[in-house]
Amino acid sequence: MAELNIEIAGLRLKNPVLTASGTFGYGTEFDDFIEINTLGGIIVKGTTLHPRQGNAYPRMAETPSGMLNAVGLQNGGVKYFCEHIYPKLIGYHTHILVNVSGSTVEEYIACAEQINDLEYITGIELNISCPNVKEGGMAFGTSCPAAESVVDAVRRVYKKHLMVKLSPNVTDIAEIAKSVEGKGADSISLINTILAMAIHAESRKPVLSTITGGLSGPAIKPIALRMVWQVANAVKVPVIGMGGIMNATDAIEFFLAGASAVQVGTANFIDPTITQHIIAGIEDYLERHKFNSIKDIIGCLQL
Amino acid sequence: MKKTVQDLLVISNRRLNKDHALLVLKSEIPLDGIVPGQFANILVENSQKTFLRRPFSIYQVDYTCNTISILIKAIGEGTKCLSDSIAGQKLSVIFPLGKGFSIPEKKSKALLVGGGVGVAALMILASDLHKAGHQVEILLGARSASDLVELDVFSKYGQVHTTTEDGTLGTRGFVTNHPVFGEDIRSFDKIYTCGPEPMMKAVSKFATTYKIPCEVSLENTMACGYGVCLCCVTQTTDGHKCVCTEGPVFDLNRLKWQN
Repeated sequence: MAELNIEIAGLRLKNPVLTASGTFGYGTEFDDFIEINTLGGIIVKGTTLHPRQGNAYPRMAETPSGMLNAVGLQNGGVKYFCEHIYPKLIGYHTHILVNVSGSTVEEYIACAEQINDLEYITGIELNISCPNVKEGGMAFGTSCPAAESVVDAVRRVYKKHLMVKLSPNVTDIAEIAKSVEGKGADSISLINTILAMAIHAESRKPVLSTITGGLSGPAIKPIALRMVWQVANAVKVPVIGMGGIMNATDAIEFFLAGASAVQVGTANFIDPTITQHIIAGIEDYLERHKFNSIKDIIGCLQL
Repeated sequence: MKKTVQDLLVISNRRLNKDHALLVLKSEIPLDGIVPGQFANILVENSQKTFLRRPFSIYQVDYTCNTISILIKAIGEGTKCLSDSIAGQKLSVIFPLGKGFSIPEKKSKALLVGGGVGVAALMILASDLHKAGHQVEILLGARSASDLVELDVFSKYGQVHTTTEDGTLGTRGFVTNHPVFGEDIRSFDKIYTCGPEPMMKAVSKFATTYKIPCEVSLENTMACGYGVCLCCVTQTTDGHKCVCTEGPVFDLNRLKWQN
């Protein structure tokens, strides 16, 4: 049997399949469907220092081979997470990372400090790429100095694995990646959603309450692959690839482009058991091609 | 029963009129305790334009044959594709989802108000209320007589009233134009409604005015159906809540509807 386990800057994953923040709730929502412990890890819903109600309905638009969302980081805040959600997660035997977002550097720091104290949270994914909040989020991920300032500040207070999630809404993603690597990111995940828009022609109105939102799903996979390949070639830290992964073949493409692990996102909305099929399919691919380990295909794009 | 994702076998597909179809789907896992108002999220295969599943009320359940039935109105490409399903085919279905209607503990007189394909949420409810000995009246509204389906089945569980916008059957106009919303409305202990939002809001005004407990079933667009995408939220007294997990049925008093 081919080996699926992989180490990502100290995080030993039983397999390279994680679930993307905002598409897997807190994991507990999937207990009826799958055994959570079969996953390499889960990245829980974006968490902010203060509770957020999120944006007004409508927040979603179905688009060709994908969807737009404009949820706007609805969450109960980090205190609520620590007191009410975390106790439900400590029974899981898989890596749990918390996606952290904020409007100011101080908010990121305060949020990360509180999560630092949670024994069973093995890392945070720093979200500098949410396109759906007015201040912060993506603003930190679209310029090198802003990205550096927030990663540097959080790195000083957060002692465990620091994954930084990049925005694709930039001119040169490799430059941003090098900036966050330089300030101490342990790993880099990409891509977050692509800023996009849907219009209802009959009513002549935008579909989303926020006018613009984030595009996800298979429609963005070619862009995600290109960016993962660029970043993997620009940095030394492990890269976690995501963007439109719907099946094992999609995941394999990301490994070949240089990702050490993948996150499955929008596909969770369509099939809550999809991660199980993807894990099995990756193993099948490795065996068919006579590879002993997932490590044998990472970055092995034949040029 | 626990939420499950299953490939259900299409046992039959009966065309009810030009755009309504009734699918009967067989489950391999024994069905158990489906609550009226719960829904199923169905994958549309072979449809380029349809990326997400389509949610439908569970219209009927047969615990002996282990089947559920789904009433589909072909509106867009996804629903059209599903309404063309053929017996022997399999459909990927996630079900049962959401929180459904509640059945009163005391013997009650209940009014069920359905509009358009929203009537699909009311069939199991009518049956369960009838079985529990409650007095049931069912008011169904549509554009035209040809859009009203399954009236004979509803009539097994209570007196059926109808309204049509063109006057081809029953009272002409909207459901709230029906005489049941006259003086007689005070005689009801409970109102349940599912249909277009303007209709439900109009019904809710009567419920509020006459202080009649009312449950409404919402149809917000959703991606997942099990509370993780957070796209289908409605504004409640308790903040934004997912229609797919906290609903689709809400007590009217919990909703903060803007008029």
